[in-house]
Amino acid sequence: MGIAIFHILVFPGLLFLTIFGFVAEYFDRKLCARLQNRIGPPWFQPIADFIKLLGKEEIMPREADVIVLKLIPLFALVACVTAILYIPIWGQQAIFSFNGDIIVVLYLLTIPTLAYFLGGWYSRSVYSMIGAVRTLTQLFAYEVPLFMCILASALLADTWSISEMVTFYNHHLGYWFCNLLGFAIAIVCLLGKLEKVPFDIPEAETEIVAGSFTEFGGKLLALLRMTFNIELVVVASLLAAVFLPFGLNFHPAIIFILYLIQVFSIIAVITFLRSLFARLRLDQMIAFCWKYLAPAAFAQVLINLILKGILPR
Amino acid sequence: MRYSKDVKIPIGPQHPALKEPESFLISLRGEKITAASVRLGYNHRGIEKACEERTYIQDLYLIERICGICSHSHSTCFVQAVEEIAGIEIPARARYVRTLIGELERIHSHLLWLGVAGHEIGFDTLLMYTWRDREIVMDILASTTGNRVNYGINTIGGVRRDINPQQNQQILEAVGILEDRTKYYISLATSESTLINRLSGVGLLSMEDAKQLGAVGPVARASGIARDVRKDDPYAAYADLDFKVITDSHCDVYGRTLVRMGELMQSYSIIRQIIQKIPGGPITVKSPRKIPVGEAVSRYEAPRGEDMHYVRANGTEKPDRVKVRAPTLANIQAVSKMLEDRYLADLPIVIAAIDPCFSCTDRTIAVNMSDGNKNTLTWQSLRLQSLQWYRDRGVDFTELNKKVMERFSTK
Amino acid sequence: MINPGKIAGLLLHSLFKKPATIDYPAQPSGMPKGFRGKLKFNAKLCIGCKLCMRDCPSDAIIIRKVGEKKFEAEIDMAKCIYCAQCVDSCPKKALESTPEFELAHLDRMKLKVVFSADTGDDTTEKT
Repeated sequence: MGIAIFHILVFPGLLFLTIFGFVAEYFDRKLCARLQNRIGPPWFQPIADFIKLLGKEEIMPREADVIVLKLIPLFALVACVTAILYIPIWGQQAIFSFNGDIIVVLYLLTIPTLAYFLGGWYSRSVYSMIGAVRTLTQLFAYEVPLFMCILASALLADTWSISEMVTFYNHHLGYWFCNLLGFAIAIVCLLGKLEKVPFDIPEAETEIVAGSFTEFGGKLLALLRMTFNIELVVVASLLAAVFLPFGLNFHPAIIFILYLIQVFSIIAVITFLRSLFARLRLDQMIAFCWKYLAPAAFAQVLINLILKGILPR
Repeated sequence: MRYSKDVKIPIGPQHPALKEPESFLISLRGEKITAASVRLGYNHRGIEKACEERTYIQDLYLIERICGICSHSHSTCFVQAVEEIAGIEIPARARYVRTLIGELERIHSHLLWLGVAGHEIGFDTLLMYTWRDREIVMDILASTTGNRVNYGINTIGGVRRDINPQQNQQILEAVGILEDRTKYYISLATSESTLINRLSGVGLLSMEDAKQLGAVGPVARASGIARDVRKDDPYAAYADLDFKVITDSHCDVYGRTLVRMGELMQSYSIIRQIIQKIPGGPITVKSPRKIPVGEAVSRYEAPRGEDMHYVRANGTEKPDRVKVRAPTLANIQAVSKMLEDRYLADLPIVIAAIDPCFSCTDRTIAVNMSDGNKNTLTWQSLRLQSLQWYRDRGVDFTELNKKVMERFSTK
Repeated sequence: MINPGKIAGLLLHSLFKKPATIDYPAQPSGMPKGFRGKLKFNAKLCIGCKLCMRDCPSDAIIIRKVGEKKFEAEIDMAKCIYCAQCVDSCPKKALESTPEFELAHLDRMKLKVVFSADTGDDTTEKT
């Protein structure tokens, strides 16, 4: 029982994720600045932003639903923190695992998007409502390819548990090459999930101020930004566990360092992609996802099904 | 939010898409814009009236501060009008220096526009790179004229500062670097697919519409109308220089981008010609403080389009009337037309594509009432009308008004 | 030719180049020599014609007589627009522009700088 509390609150739960989230945000902003030929913020900038926001006033619109608005950031945060418990970090086994936990993790990671929608809808401001509707519309576009790629990887391993998948790929090291197409598609869909350029349409600053998050301020905004960072870390960890070779029968400390390197590499690729493109329009984004990404993900599923029949177990 | 009714969303007066305050009221159905209406006037500072209280020398600096980006355009346009009334002929070297600073200003304004357009479509990287290159021009302007914006190079009768050979060399080096960078941006604009997707087909303005709505500058030139004051009515040193008027037939935001980048390349060539051909001689002639009676209209091709100043002198040190017609005022009428039947996501880039400068635009406008009656409002009646306007909306300022009137009466 | 992600080459190149921004105010930044910053007044050359006061667009300079052929200048740095018209108008070249531009103060009164008639030095204490 005590160990469970330790896992949930400290490692790899809330405290570890918070610190890792700040480090990931610093890394993301510094890399983006260097790519744009600037110096970038100092190392304590994300912590300073968080502390500053905690001290600011929250202004609620008269028609907004205050209780819902105050609970939304908590829902999103809790869902992300719960998801990390099923992802292996320092070994081939996660803290808890059972057959079917990959579906649970994907479901838990969809909750933040729904929470952003509800937050925008219940803010009752024109900009928030447009942003909320855009969040959901974008969800329909990137969700299908993302799920299909992750489940394709699970199909090849013939199991629905992340920890067993990691064990399978460690025994058959060459097999993770089959999933490279899925990995590429998953990273592009990740840009949509994390609402980064070119898919940051729900939070388009120059069109709808801040989209769903226009009316949030003070402590709520601080929690929301922390949720963004933690979501980045958790989803990158999921991708690292599912697509990249992991574990490899080393000492746990080395596995942990490998894990850190893999997560930072995925974050670096995401940052690079977001400095590279302009923002797409919503109809262009949906057309792109359904015309190119979904067929490619479907092709990846087909390849894995065929390979499952051919390759030795 | 009913499914069938239109939602009215205000863009402005304060909005992250707008660099300066103006108000657009957009009716939305889902993501499509069904109607757009424009309201101006948030930046009105009473500059035209203030010009009548100051002498011509002081007015030079006031007119320059109408806008930070096209300050030299306004200043030169004004000074050309005053010199025409007074019948002063400025030396050739002064004309060339004015043209040089004007072209440097055009470069910095177009690079700024490229960055702002990139920011509006979410392409922050383009913003950072173009504004880094713009710093090269700002440093040149700071060492040549003395300030990074609001250069103050003009005076009635010529220019205040001269260019020495070392500065000529610096300018040529800077132009070389910028030319390479601009060629890179042109290749980027013609091949980066997210950029082309966002900019093409957006903000369409056909040639007939552009002529009817009176568009000027790069907006008109991107619709195929070859209208450029530097060629149609040459002023300063443009009559001696060789350059092309860049037009494009895309009629949309992408065309306007290509026109502005083409103009950048032309500016580099013009600057090289100026440095080669600039004659020696004095840079200013003595001009009187009291300008004789007369009136003049002067036109200038600002980076945004045709800028027009009207000055009327009455023989004293202070002008009788100054009227400024900025290019954005001519282009803003076209925005409602361009926004018809487009998506909300296109709105920031369409507004940014006309390169709006609302500080230039907000001057007094005379509106013709349909019954032909003339209605002049005095300061007192304006105050009472505004108090009534607020009272109708439930806000009562009568107590505050009483306190303010007491303060003014005792001063 | 359509080429998505064309700017990638430039981005990777910038990663290994020196950044174009500086860490101001930790690193100092200067202005070129001809920059029009704070004004400097040479009391020995002033003849009290007050042409500078007449031409100033914002009434920022006041010339006061403090003795026989001795004048002091009070320049309000908050009102001054640093156009240097007074520098051009002065027939005796008693005013000049310096490239100093970091002129912010916490106290508005300190922005009124007085150049004394004897030494021509700026008599306001800089905090």
